[in-house]
Amino acid sequence: MKLLGLSAKDTRFLLIVIFLTLATPILLQPFPEGSGLATFNAGYPDLMQRFAIFGIFAIGFNILFGLTGYLSFGHAAFLGVGSYTVVWMYKLLDYNVIWGLPLAVITSGIFALFIGFISLRRSGIYFSILTLAFAQMSYNLAYSVLTPITNGETGLQVYTSDAQVLLGPNEPNTPHFFGLVMNQSTKLNLGDWQFTFNNGYYFTAVIAIIVFYISLRIFRSPFGLMLRAIKTNQTRLNYTGINTRPYTLAAFVISGMYAGLAGGLMAAMDPLAGAERMQWTASGEVVLMVILGGAGTLMGPVLGAGFIKYFENIFSKINDQILQGWFAWMPDWLSGLLIEISHFFVGKSWHLTLGLLFMLVVIFLPGGLVEAGQRIARLFKKKPPQDGGKDPEHHPQPAPHVAE
Amino acid sequence: MGILEVKGVGKRFGGLQALSDVNLSVAENSVHAIIGPNGAGKSTLLNCFVGKLIPDTGSVMFNGESLLGRKPHEINQMGVSRVFQTPEIFTDLTVLDNVMISCFAHRDGAFRLHPFETVSHETDIIEQAEKMLLDVNMADKRNMHAASLSRGDKRRLEMAMCLAQEPRLLLLDEPTAGMARADTNNTIDLLKEIKEKRDITMAIIEHDMHVVFSLAERITVLAQGTPLVEDTPENIKGHPKVKEAYLGESV
Repeated sequence: MKLLGLSAKDTRFLLIVIFLTLATPILLQPFPEGSGLATFNAGYPDLMQRFAIFGIFAIGFNILFGLTGYLSFGHAAFLGVGSYTVVWMYKLLDYNVIWGLPLAVITSGIFALFIGFISLRRSGIYFSILTLAFAQMSYNLAYSVLTPITNGETGLQVYTSDAQVLLGPNEPNTPHFFGLVMNQSTKLNLGDWQFTFNNGYYFTAVIAIIVFYISLRIFRSPFGLMLRAIKTNQTRLNYTGINTRPYTLAAFVISGMYAGLAGGLMAAMDPLAGAERMQWTASGEVVLMVILGGAGTLMGPVLGAGFIKYFENIFSKINDQILQGWFAWMPDWLSGLLIEISHFFVGKSWHLTLGLLFMLVVIFLPGGLVEAGQRIARLFKKKPPQDGGKDPEHHPQPAPHVAE
Repeated sequence: MGILEVKGVGKRFGGLQALSDVNLSVAENSVHAIIGPNGAGKSTLLNCFVGKLIPDTGSVMFNGESLLGRKPHEINQMGVSRVFQTPEIFTDLTVLDNVMISCFAHRDGAFRLHPFETVSHETDIIEQAEKMLLDVNMADKRNMHAASLSRGDKRRLEMAMCLAQEPRLLLLDEPTAGMARADTNNTIDLLKEIKEKRDITMAIIEHDMHVVFSLAERITVLAQGTPLVEDTPENIKGHPKVKEAYLGESV
């Protein structure tokens, strides 16, 4: 079966992605409520929305970093631009996200064009430093000079005194999409299991599927081939008559627009925008997501985003009390010891677990989680893969991530 | 009037006068070799043709148009292709992808935004790239990763990539550097075959006299940044000035 200009293999791949995305509220809720393992359930709206939003952010970042080999440390700036744009549309027009989201993509695209035009004069480490400088500049400006636009430290939010010229009498007072209110959910109870189907999640999930499809098309296009060639050997490309600048700029702007969309969706889920979204740690996080999942692969960034957000939200929740519950059946001295050890890896120390995992992945699985999946799949297959290395984005080489 | 006309070219790097007053004319559809001892300025001269360096003085004309101040990709789009001393290919991609990139560059020019076309639907480009690989006897390696090729095959691939653009002038920078005698002879045969099959001008920079005398129709000898003599291979062989420049190297 072939759909939407994709090959049979890609169509199958896309259908699996669509199924997994739509079934997320069920798949992430494998343990019954009230059981000891219920802590590991991740099927609540706030977290699922974050999976989808950061998935979009990472998919876009992968086009620049994974495909083109340009490591930007400033993509959080576009996240912030997207958020501010959407909140401003709430303030000026009304709570319908239809105005803000397309505009967020456009404004972040314009910002990316400007920042990319300057930063792409250099490559490698100098490019990374330039993007970092721009993002930190945006962050500091948002806190200081641009307070009239960003509302400084308080963060931008909607007040009753705002114009909201399109606001109708019966319109919901929170973000919605033509009446589909983002923070509303339908709950389904099946025995001990409880599933939450949240409007906001499904809204972001549908957008995520669309932008995933766009990224799939870019991967398979001559444009994507050129981007991959830039990552491999820019010198040869220049002497093959290709002007690499517009290609890298296009990749930068596309990834900036993805980031702007993700930032806009954050504000669509929660009508707030703050400067902390632009901080360099947020830029660094998306780099971790892409590397952890597998740079240059289609699914990797999404997996990486899910993985990191899962750790951030689930492992940080596990406190000593929960640990005591788990180890209660052990002798006191043993449970005490185990709690002391686990203490370093969960709760507030979840960063340590993530850091260790990240180190293990980078050292032993340069292709990220996708490579781990491939290795496991190979164990179950009897014969070695015949097409080894046929499809470069599914068999990432341990090549340097940054274009020379 | 040759296809490549070099007049009075000079280039200085700090205190070193790398090139001074170089005059050179490469006739269309000929094979012209530029030889000279180490440090004679051969590579500097070649870099002046492809836009990597801009000479301080003089002019470089290709097909009646000046090449000075143009970027490498612009010069390439005018019909000048370059083969590097160490093969420059896209090691992360397959052999076929490598050649297809050249075919795209030839068809679509220096930049074209085509994010929603699909590479596997471009049957013309694929056919063309496969034909090119057939020409250099690499058709059976089309799905291999370019990184896993032998050095000789990398050279062939690079040649196929250059030829896919149907250049009018092919510049070769020591195409047999570091090769064993057998590989060198294969490269000579390949170049001869290429020359027979199409109208193409070749300018070769080379150290290996065996290669030069097997291929070149005219030879320019460069020493200390200036052309010493320019003549046919037969006349160059016994030239006293050339012997002097090479100081005992077998000519």
